[in-house]
Amino acid sequence: MNIDKRIADDLAANGVSFVTTVPCKQLAGVIEEIDQRDDIFHIPSNKEDEGMGLCAGAWMGGKRPAIIMQNTAIGVTINTLATLIQYYRLPLPMLISYRGELREPVACQVEMAVHTKALLAQLNIPTYHFHWQKDVEELDNILKYTFMCNKPVAILTDANFWGGYGDQ
Amino acid sequence: MIRSEILKEIAPILRDQLVVCNIGIPSQELHAIDDQPTNFYMLGTMGLASSIGLGLALAQPKPVIVIDGDGSILTNLGTLPTIGNNAPSNYILMIVDNGSYGSTGDQPTYTSQRTDLAAMARAAGCTRVVEVQDKDTSPALEEALSSGEATVLVVKCDSGNAKMPVITMDPVVIRDRFMKAVAG
Repeated sequence: MNIDKRIADDLAANGVSFVTTVPCKQLAGVIEEIDQRDDIFHIPSNKEDEGMGLCAGAWMGGKRPAIIMQNTAIGVTINTLATLIQYYRLPLPMLISYRGELREPVACQVEMAVHTKALLAQLNIPTYHFHWQKDVEELDNILKYTFMCNKPVAILTDANFWGGYGDQ
Repeated sequence: MIRSEILKEIAPILRDQLVVCNIGIPSQELHAIDDQPTNFYMLGTMGLASSIGLGLALAQPKPVIVIDGDGSILTNLGTLPTIGNNAPSNYILMIVDNGSYGSTGDQPTYTSQRTDLAAMARAAGCTRVVEVQDKDTSPALEEALSSGEATVLVVKCDSGNAKMPVITMDPVVIRDRFMKAVAG
């Protein structure tokens, strides 16, 4: 299975046509896939809160948005999640690279990893954790759920899901 | 002129357009001067008006006017390269540059000193960047609407706020009536 194509296909099948990204090594393949597709408009952001603003506007303009980012972004976007996405009740699937989990080679990444689920729980954000590649089978249902309830929803994808870092 | 005087003057132009308005006193002033379903008021999240407006302009064909401030642009400077590389022709970013953080007590911003937002917008890749004095805002905004090009309009004006009531409309109501106006 080409996991990058599978994710992009699920986004497109759920009508997601506006995707903003802030890169992560683990997300490089899916970002490239999205960038190349004609059925999804890709706009890179410089910071994740900016990206959430773009997504909010796109939703109000009639497009289904999504954001792809690292879990470190949760530290950047708490105010935006609370006062824009949740306050105005906007749907936002967040495909998140869960750095600092099993098979992580960079120690500093663990420092935000240990806060990630707690912060998402504090914000009452529905959160899913993809650890095995087969977990991607839930993505279609998660996207449907997100646009049913008009909430931000987090999909945490760890290094094991992405197949590790080559030499591991 | 201060911001509220500019908003009063351009209200007849804004009335027929989709407007995304900056957090705090700017939204309170616009709401009090001429509340319209085509206005999206930001109640929180400083800095994101330009980004919300850009997403909106990219998603649908109607013109979008963002009313932003120098302080809010400075807090989200990454927006300028994104605008410079992606803004469609229906996007107008009007920065009311009064050199101060109006909603928090008129503390000076760096644009009151050496920082030049028009030059920063140009350096970020924005091609149609216009800087005007407050009294010239109406014709400059009309011109931006008819230019057929994405425009960054920097309006230099005096610092100061009108006393207006806080917006008590529910955010979901603001968003819902705005989306109906966008689709209508």
